[in-house]
Amino acid sequence: MATGQTSTPEQIGSSGDTLREAFGRALVRLAKDGRDFVVFDADVAGGTGVHRFRAAHPDRFYQFGIAEQNMVAAAGGFAATGIPVFATTFAVFMLRALEQARLSVAYAKRDVKLVASHPGLDVGPDGGSAQCLEDLAAFRAIPGMVVVAPADPYETELATAAILEYQGPVYMRTGRSPSRRLFEPGHRFELGRGQILREGPDVSLIACGVEVARALDAADILATEGIGARVVNMPTIKPLDRELIVECAEKTGCFVTAEDHNIHGGLGAAVAECLAELAPSPVEFIGVRDSFGESGEPEELAEKYRLTAPHIVQAAKAAIVRKVLRK
Amino acid sequence: MRYDPANPEWPERDRLVLSKGHSAPALYAVAALSGMFAVQQLKGFRKLGHSLQGHPHVGATPWVETSTGSLGQGFSAALGMALGLRHQGNLARVFVLLGDGELQEGELWEAMLCGAHFNLGKLCAILDYNKLQSDDYLAKVLAVEPLADKIRSFGWHLQEIDGHDPSAIQTALETADRCDTPSFIIAHTLKGKGVGFMEGRPEWHGSVKLSDADLSQALTDLGASPSEIDGYLNGHWSN
Ligand SMILES: Cc1ncc(C[n+]2csc(CCOP(=O)(O)OP(=O)(O)O)c2C)c(N)n1
Ligand SMILES: [Mg+2]
Repeated sequence: MATGQTSTPEQIGSSGDTLREAFGRALVRLAKDGRDFVVFDADVAGGTGVHRFRAAHPDRFYQFGIAEQNMVAAAGGFAATGIPVFATTFAVFMLRALEQARLSVAYAKRDVKLVASHPGLDVGPDGGSAQCLEDLAAFRAIPGMVVVAPADPYETELATAAILEYQGPVYMRTGRSPSRRLFEPGHRFELGRGQILREGPDVSLIACGVEVARALDAADILATEGIGARVVNMPTIKPLDRELIVECAEKTGCFVTAEDHNIHGGLGAAVAECLAELAPSPVEFIGVRDSFGESGEPEELAEKYRLTAPHIVQAAKAAIVRKVLRK
Repeated sequence: MRYDPANPEWPERDRLVLSKGHSAPALYAVAALSGMFAVQQLKGFRKLGHSLQGHPHVGATPWVETSTGSLGQGFSAALGMALGLRHQGNLARVFVLLGDGELQEGELWEAMLCGAHFNLGKLCAILDYNKLQSDDYLAKVLAVEPLADKIRSFGWHLQEIDGHDPSAIQTALETADRCDTPSFIIAHTLKGKGVGFMEGRPEWHGSVKLSDADLSQALTDLGASPSEIDGYLNGHWSN
């Protein structure tokens, strides 16, 4: 049973830390805090970080084998008996259970957290078949599904606690590769809220996941050229923090969105939908432009597919030009 | 089944999942007659603003154990329930009703492996083996035979019964309760049983295009009359 008190992460990961390992640590910590939940895996526990949880709580860990559709629908059934379930696999394989997530989890309103590691080009050498660039779009389209993409290991720990606290279906993507540490103890995570990480009057850079670090780098570069960029971390893609986006439109008047995902249907699309409705503004999209990935190191791929800071800088300038021309 | 119509959330209740969710009318009729809701509500079936959805939906009718309608998923959901109940030391049974065409879904065989692997003794699957699916006969669309051998080889306890014989069904469910492994009951049935012109005819799957003459013939075959049915639905019926 829940004790009502959630502890804060004790350790900040070392420099090689990953979001997936942080997720695994968070599960162990939440269990220690007395939270009641179980974890399902589809033969990739070593990859998703949940191996830690299995070692600590073998009686609360269920191995479903390489059978994602059964795992996700069974997670819905298990949650119906009153205990929340974390159903975990790699992002591409979670897509295989998209329809189970739709019917047996979301439509049935189950307290199931679908947590997927290995999203985006960040997967690296495994190549295009393994690099999931469609998950945010796919899960965002399911009614009632909350969609979360934290930016660093510390935020992943906070997000894991927050999605468990929330009662209902959630999709969260973690990350495979070592992540830069962005947040210190004291950082807060609230579902449905973005955070301004850096102020600037000229353009808003709105990012999630690995792209947050790159957006911060881009803001540094822009600053050397006298351009002030506001950097917003948007870890909840749905429900989107529309209030903050409208406020960004009022303050900066133009946008760059950045995500390790297809430009169709993810964070950029969500921001653009919001702006089109509430505060039409120029938006430039950083993301993979409707293609699959390929083998390579994550940084090499980010460069090739134009996800790195220099590309965000270029996009920011383009957005500012469009803003000025509109006036 | 152990359940209490007045308390559909009773944690110790046995669960029934209609994995072949397109058979919702049968589920609703049985549930209404069992006192889960007023019989008159059946008139709102599939209609806007009424709770009885075209396929069972827990969000609209909370006494339905879970939402179904995509074949294969109900079986996994039932399996998850059986696992969740066992996790909490709850001895309730979970029944799941499958279609034979549904056996063509890969997910179903994932669940067969999984049910045996976790040795879910409280899980009991009942197959409506009517040898027909939507398009045609199973044997023509995608054969599932030899079926009994498949089920046994997956490690499930198997029984084969006449699905139209209530006492055989009763006995089979009792036998299933006594075995430690998950249980599978192949219930041989005749689709459209009791209505002469529908029996065993694939074209009547999902068809509601009944002429008045057909309707009255069907009701006569079933030993009922339209006015009697109206009486039920208008609440004049009591029992
Ligand atoms: C995954 C999925 N694919 C297709 C359908 C459409 N569909 C509804 S009923 C049906 C035939 C089902 O045949 P069977 O399982 O034998 O059921 P029964 O004969 O008992 O009606 C089909 C294909 C569906 N509901 N779910
Ligand atoms: Mg059939």
